[in-house]
Amino acid sequence: MLLAAAASAEARDELLNVSYDPTREFYRQYNELFESWWQAEGHEPITIKQSHGGSGGQARAVIDGLEASVVTLALSADIDAIAEQTGKIPADWQSRLPHNSSPYTSTIVFLIRAGNPKGIHDWGDLVRDDVQVITPNPKTSGGARWNFLAAWGWAMKQYGNDENQAKAYLSALFHNVPVLDTGARGATNTFTQRGIGDVLLAWENEAFLALAEAGDGAFEVVVPSVSVLAEPPVALVDGNITTDEERTAATAYLEHLYSPEAQALALKNFYRAWDTSAAAPEDIARLPDVERLTIDSFGGWAKVQPAFFGDGGIFDQIYGE
Amino acid sequence: MRTGILRAPSALPGFGLSFGITLTLLSVIVLLPLAALLGRGATIGPAELWTVIANRRVLAALSLSFRAALVASLFNLAFGLLLAWVLVRYRFPGRRLVDAAVDLPFALPTAVAGIALTALYAPNGFFGQAFAAAGIRIAYTEYGIWLALIFVGMPFVVRTVQPVIEEVDSECEEASATLGASRLYTLRRVVLPVLTPALLTGFALALARSVGEYGSVIFIAGNLPYKTEIAPLLIVIRLEEFNYDAAAAIGIAMLVIAFTILLAINAIQVWTRRRIGNG
Repeated sequence: MLLAAAASAEARDELLNVSYDPTREFYRQYNELFESWWQAEGHEPITIKQSHGGSGGQARAVIDGLEASVVTLALSADIDAIAEQTGKIPADWQSRLPHNSSPYTSTIVFLIRAGNPKGIHDWGDLVRDDVQVITPNPKTSGGARWNFLAAWGWAMKQYGNDENQAKAYLSALFHNVPVLDTGARGATNTFTQRGIGDVLLAWENEAFLALAEAGDGAFEVVVPSVSVLAEPPVALVDGNITTDEERTAATAYLEHLYSPEAQALALKNFYRAWDTSAAAPEDIARLPDVERLTIDSFGGWAKVQPAFFGDGGIFDQIYGE
Repeated sequence: MRTGILRAPSALPGFGLSFGITLTLLSVIVLLPLAALLGRGATIGPAELWTVIANRRVLAALSLSFRAALVASLFNLAFGLLLAWVLVRYRFPGRRLVDAAVDLPFALPTAVAGIALTALYAPNGFFGQAFAAAGIRIAYTEYGIWLALIFVGMPFVVRTVQPVIEEVDSECEEASATLGASRLYTLRRVVLPVLTPALLTGFALALARSVGEYGSVIFIAGNLPYKTEIAPLLIVIRLEEFNYDAAAAIGIAMLVIAFTILLAINAIQVWTRRRIGNG
């Protein structure tokens, strides 16, 4: 660990973007876009490295010393954790960039098998005896926490804000989960490659990506009546920045995410971008309107994280702890 | 270092230096991290440690991890012996290839192995389909965990027993046979006693390897709390909750249990060595 840190501290004509699972394709394309824009602006060439994994695990890697220049994670709670545990990010990081530092948003949708053989249309169908649901583990996956909250939001609405009924609903839902993968990409593979389950709860971008990769109409996307406004945020890891040049480049790297070209790229990769001015119309049209509950409607991550996903929280209670 | 007590008689010089280097490296690489874990445990305190470990879900995960490691290592004990025997005693085409393949589980990243095994044994996989037709599910059940642990532990028994079999003279077996012993009797009374210490070493290594295995297992396990959640995953989950104390507590529990088991195996080893007078 020490050796790795020393080695990376020297070579700083590169930035390290520590991200989560489903952004792999988007950032691969964005890095090319940024590198050419950066040089066109008259700067020295710069290499962007990317690291992917479960959002929580990535946050912990940064806490434990992974020299990320920027983090682009699934939840603000994960970046909060880095800020709290290391002090390398200021507490007010989320107000440093527009839209709560989330250059794009997403939501949670259902990926189902073609022709919808089980007739799955909304959250209520997921607790039927004949339905198997695939979701990653909310303990290890940021996306899974959004899945959980979306289901919770629907249930609270359905049962008139009765927490016990919502808990019973989620308990029934997780009773139908045969495999809890540790990350979003693993869950997608379990559903698409291993053929397990009737419905995958997935990031919208992950679902469309699976759709595009499968190609021959093997799957369909079902948009539930209620979902969440997932805001995957980005932040500069100030404490890991060693030089002014690096700070300039890393800041530009994040700010350029809001440029029309980058926003168009985000849309092309099935993220809901803010600026549609440069986007292709079909990319915009693909993402349907859906009622999206914000994290604030659940009380904000600072409250949600321990109450739902902490030790002994609602998720643990569902598994009878 | 020069008092002479620690110095074993040797034709080669340099014991003091090599001993110093050994001790330093061992401390930095092995002993310090383990001491750090135990030190963390000391700051947590025994009461809190016990609260974490006595949790029903933690106990289920620990029990699964050690149970599956035991099953896989017992399988590897029998199969490893068979494989080593075949490799040493028989000549067949492709023997060298098989011999080389035994080490592959060491070389392959365990996550790759886990994904490959899952692909093969998932209900729509090459082998998984056949088992599914018979109503047996392997991937995402405890059987899948056994499979992954058998894979990672496989080389240990083979590689510890192989050189011993090579040294054993087949004349003893032939003598036993000419004196009228049955094949099974020869195996039980002549061959196995000589191999027992090596078999136990291989078994202990395979067991130790599979108890802590994470990478290959999480892909095939299904990871359901109380059912297919292994202890190492629970440690990772506690870390994800930034609950370092609980993670350390489970780690210490694994360390203590593993140490006790290995100590017991060691004792059996000493006992068998003495019994058969081999060392």
